[in-house]
Amino acid sequence: MTQASLGESVVQKTIHATQTQNNGVAASVTQTQPLWLLAEVTYRCPLHCAFCYNPTDYDKHTQNELTTEQWIQALRDARKLGAIQLGISGGEPLLRDDIEDIVVEAKKLGYYSNLITSGVGLTEKRIQAFKDGGLDHIQLSMHDITEEINNFITNTKTFELKKKVAAMIKGHGYPMVLNVVIHRYNIGHMKEILEMADALGAEYIELANTQYYGWSLVNRSQLMPTKEQVDEAERITNEFREKSGSKMKIFFVVPDYFSDRPKKCMNGWGEVFMIVTANGDVLPCHSARVLPNMQFPNVKDTDLGWSWKDSPAFNKYRGDSWMKEPCRTCSEKENDLGGCRCQSFLLTGDAEAADPVCSKSPHHHLIEQAILDSRNPTIAAQPIVFRNDKNSKKIIAGELKDRVDEFHALP
Amino acid sequence: MMDNQIQNADIYTLSPHHRFQWEEAQSSYVILFPEGMVKLHGGAGEVIKRLDGKATVGDVVADLKATFPDAENIEKDIIGMYELALSKTWIRKV
Ligand code: SF4
Ligand code: SF4
Repeated sequence: MTQASLGESVVQKTIHATQTQNNGVAASVTQTQPLWLLAEVTYRCPLHCAFCYNPTDYDKHTQNELTTEQWIQALRDARKLGAIQLGISGGEPLLRDDIEDIVVEAKKLGYYSNLITSGVGLTEKRIQAFKDGGLDHIQLSMHDITEEINNFITNTKTFELKKKVAAMIKGHGYPMVLNVVIHRYNIGHMKEILEMADALGAEYIELANTQYYGWSLVNRSQLMPTKEQVDEAERITNEFREKSGSKMKIFFVVPDYFSDRPKKCMNGWGEVFMIVTANGDVLPCHSARVLPNMQFPNVKDTDLGWSWKDSPAFNKYRGDSWMKEPCRTCSEKENDLGGCRCQSFLLTGDAEAADPVCSKSPHHHLIEQAILDSRNPTIAAQPIVFRNDKNSKKIIAGELKDRVDEFHALP
Repeated sequence: MMDNQIQNADIYTLSPHHRFQWEEAQSSYVILFPEGMVKLHGGAGEVIKRLDGKATVGDVVADLKATFPDAENIEKDIIGMYELALSKTWIRKV
């Protein structure tokens, strides 16, 4: 599902919440429990978003999805390990017809459950079943205030539907949580997007600046806004927060490319997040499968407890003992743990290198170059590679090489 | 705008879409809400636990004093917890 809805911004909120040091609220110690279980139940999706962070070779994983029973078992096992927040995501989770069963089980187990959806496939009947089953909230992705941009960036005609679904969510007494991925095509509409969200009665809105993984990395030069646009968007957001009198909570996820320090990706490798993918792979972050020489556990053949605590994959980048220079002796390493391993590998070819976003990284020029490329009219004029089965098959078959060759793994 | 003056006669309850529960795996109370959670120390959890939409701030203070007779300066901590929870919108005034 949409960018960052499960990633960075959620992580920031966790840190924010658990590190509050005041009047007896616990400061967080290093969590070694998977508080957040993200179930990417399918990679099938009726939308074709240009910024989708799903793996470009997702087509390989659309035939071997876990069964309902396997999901239920995974939910039970993760709950025993301490998972409380459950994100049901994808792809479009509603393409599975067993989400109702998963929701019921989640409720029984005491999860706080969240359906992360594009809205396609949400009917009165299904939302009523979710409500009865105990689903706690629904997060809907929105793309723009204009039909034109919505339909363009998702490569589908879904504008009217999104508005209908928003009303349905509200109508069933759910808190309205909107996620808007921000990119070149909608960043100029920030104020209007916020006003729309407010008018729809949203309680939360997440303005998630595109992070470059999966399809969005392939389309990086086409999607990246300018630094000036990002600053302006942030200014408008702050102004809206202060002036509008709206009760809506706004999360603005800053784009790491325009920062000189990386994000603390997933709040640390194997610290709080556990992702189970459509085919059962257990991952510490969405894109971990791009990393070389890593064997990720799969729920079909290993126990989740072992996967989390003992598997070599989850232990590989826990803490900071794996670090090299400049991170190893860096005084700021606690802040970001050297950034994102996947981003390091994709861009530099070395998973243990400092995240190139960092200005201390010897590879920082790669980020600067990417920013320049996005402003190069010839490069930026290349067509967007939309996320769809046909393009995924092409990428698997080794086509579209000119768009993926500069990366050290298939995004 | 900030209505943070906690009065003895005020009644508070958990905000809509927030859930408060004991987590065995963490040995602590937590508040869950869309996109987030917060782990509460024993003392903080004891305050939130008592917000049933009926008990006034005064009732909660009295009850906690009775339950933890040895705790010093407890009233200040309790009010502090109310203030924090309110500023974070975990709770709302009834
Ligand atoms: S194509 Fe769009 S809606 Fe579908 S999973 Fe990707 S980002 Fe989500
Ligand atoms: S050198 Fe490494 S640890 Fe230090 S700030 Fe940069 S990425 Fe973080």
